[in-house]
Amino acid sequence: MQFPGRRKKVIGSSQNDLYDHCLQFYGQPPLENISLTEFETFAVERLKLLKSVENIGVSYVKNSEQYVKKLDAEFSSLNFPLRTELGDRRVQGGTSEYEKRRKDHISHFILRLAYCQTEDLRRWFIQQEMDLFRYRFGELTSKHKTDFLHKNNLKYETVSAEEKKSLKDKLITSSYGLSGITVEEYDFYKVPFQDALDLVRTRKVYLLAGNAYIPHHEIVTIVLNDFRTRLSKALAMTARSLPAVQSDERLQPLLSHLSHAYVGQDYSIQKNMGKISLEQIDALSGKSFPLCMRHLHKALRENHHLRHGGRMQYGLFLKGIGLTLDQALQFWRSEFVKGKVDADKFDKAYAYSVRHMFGKEGKRTDYTPYSCMKVILSNPPSQGDYHGCPFRHSDPELLKQKLQNYKVSPSGINQILELVKGMHYQLACQKYFELTHNVEDAGFSLNHPNQYFTESQKLLGGGLEIKKEVDMSQRSQENPANMTRPSQANSKQAHEEMGDLDSFFQDE
Amino acid sequence: MSTSDYDPACLPDLLPLYYRRLFPFSQYYRWLSYGGVSKNYFQNREFSFTLKDDIYVRYQSFTTQNELEKEMQKMVPYKIDIGAVYSHRPSQHNAVKSGTFQALEKELVFDIDMTDYDDVRRCCSAADICSKCWTLMTIAIRILDRALREDFGFHHLLWVYSGRRGVHCWVCDDAARKLSVAARSAVAEYLSLVKGGEETVRKVVLSDPIHPFINHSLSVVERYFQQYAIVDQDILGSKESVDKVLAVLSPLCRQMKSFTREGSSVSYDLHFSCVSVKSNSKKGGQYFDKEIMLQYCYPRLDVNVSKGVNHLLKSPFSVHPKTGRISVPIDLKELDTFDPFEVPTISLICEELEKPRAEEAEEDDMKDKENEQEAGERRRIRDYKRTSLAKYVKVFDRFLEAMARSRKGEMLKKSDLQKDF
Repeated sequence: MQFPGRRKKVIGSSQNDLYDHCLQFYGQPPLENISLTEFETFAVERLKLLKSVENIGVSYVKNSEQYVKKLDAEFSSLNFPLRTELGDRRVQGGTSEYEKRRKDHISHFILRLAYCQTEDLRRWFIQQEMDLFRYRFGELTSKHKTDFLHKNNLKYETVSAEEKKSLKDKLITSSYGLSGITVEEYDFYKVPFQDALDLVRTRKVYLLAGNAYIPHHEIVTIVLNDFRTRLSKALAMTARSLPAVQSDERLQPLLSHLSHAYVGQDYSIQKNMGKISLEQIDALSGKSFPLCMRHLHKALRENHHLRHGGRMQYGLFLKGIGLTLDQALQFWRSEFVKGKVDADKFDKAYAYSVRHMFGKEGKRTDYTPYSCMKVILSNPPSQGDYHGCPFRHSDPELLKQKLQNYKVSPSGINQILELVKGMHYQLACQKYFELTHNVEDAGFSLNHPNQYFTESQKLLGGGLEIKKEVDMSQRSQENPANMTRPSQANSKQAHEEMGDLDSFFQDE
Repeated sequence: MSTSDYDPACLPDLLPLYYRRLFPFSQYYRWLSYGGVSKNYFQNREFSFTLKDDIYVRYQSFTTQNELEKEMQKMVPYKIDIGAVYSHRPSQHNAVKSGTFQALEKELVFDIDMTDYDDVRRCCSAADICSKCWTLMTIAIRILDRALREDFGFHHLLWVYSGRRGVHCWVCDDAARKLSVAARSAVAEYLSLVKGGEETVRKVVLSDPIHPFINHSLSVVERYFQQYAIVDQDILGSKESVDKVLAVLSPLCRQMKSFTREGSSVSYDLHFSCVSVKSNSKKGGQYFDKEIMLQYCYPRLDVNVSKGVNHLLKSPFSVHPKTGRISVPIDLKELDTFDPFEVPTISLICEELEKPRAEEAEEDDMKDKENEQEAGERRRIRDYKRTSLAKYVKVFDRFLEAMARSRKGEMLKKSDLQKDF
């Protein structure tokens, strides 16, 4: 893909050929030119979609009614193609079906670049794309399903009517939920057994002469296997050609941040600065802090010290909830002085780093508080550290004990531990929120510790009205040094162009 | 007498003779070359030998039939295993960059071992077998052979007696040799019905709808059940054994009121009357009789043997050191009369070799003097033909013929497609 700054319009006549089906296997990469803005936007939107797929998939049984409803909503709000025909006039203003499909196509390939690098990233990406694909395939009409299979060279023959008749009894007894009538009506596909291993392994299909006789509604399993294999291979190939892409300095920072991207508010500018007093912090830590910050605060109070990782994570969080620089200095000094550090040493060594956090030293970057993603994925704690995400980094037994100490109910603890086992750390924290605030549904999708605090205060009627400030979500959280000056100017320009994308950054 | 008093201590003397004059090297080589269609198929095949004093050597490979013969005659292995066809010559695997030496293909194999049936055998246990429990192998072969051919579409199956207490199946089709680990494991699971170890009492659970595969298998079991289980194994013969049968069902039945058996009918019916199961959602209980039959008779596979592409399995025509019996191919046409105790031992065939020869033999000797190398082969062929090994080599020959014909058919098809005349 070539990326000059200008956007080129695609010739109208080829429109219909390129995207003639709302679903695709992503076999061919896009060949057009797009602007950096679009590059970024598309990537971010698809990432949001995939994250929703993940979250909704954990909260509801996959492909149940609620699942479908929720996912439908996400699709429309994010403008991704679902079912409509290309020429469908039902589109109400906003993006055309063609545009949606184009976005679907391009955004998938961009995310491949970001997610091909490690085993974990690949696994996550493949899992979400598969769930997404399964959902979309399931929503197709029967005719569209067949269309799709043919267009993609899945040369699975349908079983002739005579053969179906002669095998009727066998077909009925081998597949779930079939009757004489359905066998007659539905299409059956003859698939080599090597392509239908899941069905063969569990004996849920009729086998004859090395072919599995798959009923129409099961064909999605086969298609999914095919999809997974192709995507897996493609990602491996992408990883090999990645160095060439990464050498493009316009793309490198974006791609490396996408896989750790936090796509919501960044809590860097708070209108409620100064509305918190230091005396309130102890009480607030029990009521409105997420577990990680409560943990850090407790460690600080007990040991009168925190190491660098802990100071950064907690310090920035405190800034995010409204502490001023002076308050922060006072807070940290008073605590450290109780320990092994005397006031002088504090002023010499630690005060600098507090001021640095507030953008008053060095590069003068106003650092943004860490999102959950950042806390979970980077800088794991080692012996003597208290930072990180307790749901991710604590031993489950210790986590259980801690939750018991905090008077969480046993059934609640079990639910949390289940989520942790499934590696859904943010959902576990959300559950913790629900249990400690005594609500059924948190009402938001947790991805930032400061968000936890804000929502908690809202719920408890804490009176801290935080005005939402919009900022570029892709702004690096620590090091803008990755971007050279020209591209920084470029992204500033892109930022202006993205003015109308405020809608991305609203909390649910 | 078949055993001819086999004594393991004689192995060091018998084995060299066996490898020099009786082991069917040319057929063996023909098998593993698969018509020479794939380059280096034989050269990249791994063999492993167990030598005297239990010395085990892996990654043996050979470039020609001649080299194979010479090495085997030199090393005199007590046991021979066949492994996978690798990406490089196994004997040079250390010279290959790590990570690039990989197992590529191997026959799909199954290993049925009588010890896996100890919980349902009354006549023997562990390594012992007798004519009463051998029926289990017959049933296993019939069920698996049918399924592999009819359900999976395989054609070239070699069933081999392991030499002591079980049978092996080598599925040699092209498609079978190319199967992935996942596919092998899926096939093995499809074929598995008896699940659970020591702690599981009820090992077969059937529910609606019953898959056609299970029905086919049941019809095989039913054919043998009367004779095997009721008569030979006498599973209803004593209170103790009856209790064992009932124990399988006890989680489901509150109370066994009575049961009867029909001694004379071919298809056996078990009647149970039970107090109905308490509000248990599972409909369990309607297929008691089928489940019992399957638990007592259905083949028990070791999935791990079938799964791995690089798994090593005992070679056909190798000797079993403990029993002296040769691992011979089984002729499925004579399956019901196959008797493991009639399988020749190495001592028997060596003895048969030493018997005085007929007059025609002298003429052959004259011809031999003319051409040494061919003579060696001809002599070997004449030799095994004089022993009890002959009929088993014939079975092997027929198997190889069938594969050759099939390969020819494939090539014709291909050249037709390419319009190559």
